[in-house]
Amino acid sequence: MQTFNYVKASSVDKALAGAPSGKFIAGGTTLVDLMKLSVEQPGGLVDINLLPLDKIEKLPDGGLRIGALVRNSDLAWNADVKEHYAVLSLALLSGASPQLRNMATTGGNLLQRTRCAYFREPSAGSPGGYGCNKRTPGTGCAALEGYHRIHAILGTSEHCIATHPSDMCVAMAALEAVIHVEGPKGKRTIPFADFHKLPGDTPNIENALEPGELVTYVDLPKPIEGSKSVYLKLRDRASYEFALASAAVVARVEGGHIRYVRVAMGGVGTKPWRSHEAEVALMGKSADAATFRKAAEAALAQAKPRTDNAFKVELAKRCLVRTLKLATA
Amino acid sequence: MADSVDLRAQHPPAQSTQQELAPDQQTLELEPLPPAGAETKNSRFSRRSFLSGLGATSLLAGTAPLAAAAPMIAPEVEDGRGDLPGTANVALRINGKEYTLRNLDTRATLLDTLRERIHLTGTKKGCDHGQCGACTVHVNGRRVNSCLSFAVMHGGDEITTIEGIGQPDNLHAMQAAFVETDGYQCGYCTSGQIMSAVALLKEPIGPSDEDIKHAMAGNICRCGAYTNIVAAVKRVRAQA
Repeated sequence: MQTFNYVKASSVDKALAGAPSGKFIAGGTTLVDLMKLSVEQPGGLVDINLLPLDKIEKLPDGGLRIGALVRNSDLAWNADVKEHYAVLSLALLSGASPQLRNMATTGGNLLQRTRCAYFREPSAGSPGGYGCNKRTPGTGCAALEGYHRIHAILGTSEHCIATHPSDMCVAMAALEAVIHVEGPKGKRTIPFADFHKLPGDTPNIENALEPGELVTYVDLPKPIEGSKSVYLKLRDRASYEFALASAAVVARVEGGHIRYVRVAMGGVGTKPWRSHEAEVALMGKSADAATFRKAAEAALAQAKPRTDNAFKVELAKRCLVRTLKLATA
Repeated sequence: MADSVDLRAQHPPAQSTQQELAPDQQTLELEPLPPAGAETKNSRFSRRSFLSGLGATSLLAGTAPLAAAAPMIAPEVEDGRGDLPGTANVALRINGKEYTLRNLDTRATLLDTLRERIHLTGTKKGCDHGQCGACTVHVNGRRVNSCLSFAVMHGGDEITTIEGIGQPDNLHAMQAAFVETDGYQCGYCTSGQIMSAVALLKEPIGPSDEDIKHAMAGNICRCGAYTNIVAAVKRVRAQA
């Protein structure tokens, strides 16, 4: 591991002032892991754990404000989240392990990096190593012709097919969260759908954060009255594993018809995958198996499977059908 | 890195402050590492073999030339920085005792610091990437993977290791339950399993075996003692 200088910031202003020297560190569950693998090599770390961003507060408009430093376990077990945003609690509790959830933060989870084995290989992107455009643009993508069973089938490009690994983000996509950031140019908000970037020809750019910007809060809109929300995650074993396919659904059914629905999928996309196609296929329709299957077909219509991950197309469809059934029951 | 501390342990530091420390305090002067690359570039010798070839006296005296060879520190560095770039001073509170670590390499994980610097070797290193749970300790009462955290981040935290949970003549109920139910075979993962099991007693998890299994999912046992581990956790939960 490269040497680095370490400072502990006591305020947001001091953290922002220290940002040019390196990276922010909160829970460290991704960053320390990737520093050990030489994937991340910051010259300095600004510890933000003392910042007053560890609260969950109700907003006057009925929404919920989640501090960037709220730990995954605290968010999952929060009474408001469990009652009004069940999809988020379920997604969080399906991710990682209890120890990691005690460490990992809300802001950090937004920035969680892919589990692509080529990306995580220490020498990837350097001469003699595997090609990885995410590590070093222009070196190619070893996963394209390599082993890519866990890789994405939606939102891919010829430069990168790495899956976005987060469960939390899939739920937040369905909840239409808003991300608050603060940086050298001041404060701004980013709608969830605009935060994560498709790889395109710049897979090294993963999100909308500008240099030196710090995630401060994530706001959830007021809960949809009468709605039910569900997260379902399918994986190689029943716990402590990343998704092969997952689905987050928020739905309201009236008189047997779907009157509100938001659909997002995980394990299949290069970013947390909001499916407007599925939502269009569901809105106003009868909440039945035939409708759900049509929505699943629509959600995966643009899928680009490869040799090892072709199974994900049908898996993701069935995952979505099951989740829709649970959310509309 | 451990060898310098081992040697120092045989040669009590000369500082007079050492005698003034309370029984529950300990100061460890740590040998700063040379700048990255200095020990490997154009050198066939590892730091360990180099230090092993030196007598203890020259080792103690060896700090000065190393420090002199390194870049000077900026005068305005914040309090808490060590004498060399890439080092820091931190006070860790572990099992109720305070340890002042001077010139700690910022790269040292909490796990490596516990084991190699403070010699609390009950906490084990398995995967070193947060995947196995062998390194589980409590920070402010909550279980975490000590391999995924830098020690310098834990000044002011209350850290508890397996040594602080119980001792052979005074076992924690969970330790006793693991013995009674045979909740291990080789024992390597056991301290991490017990640290997780003790922590889950305070977590809002359900009552079923399935709930216990999910709550213990962050601790891998290659011997496969899972059934007996669940039995140990159930036994202690029933006592509560």
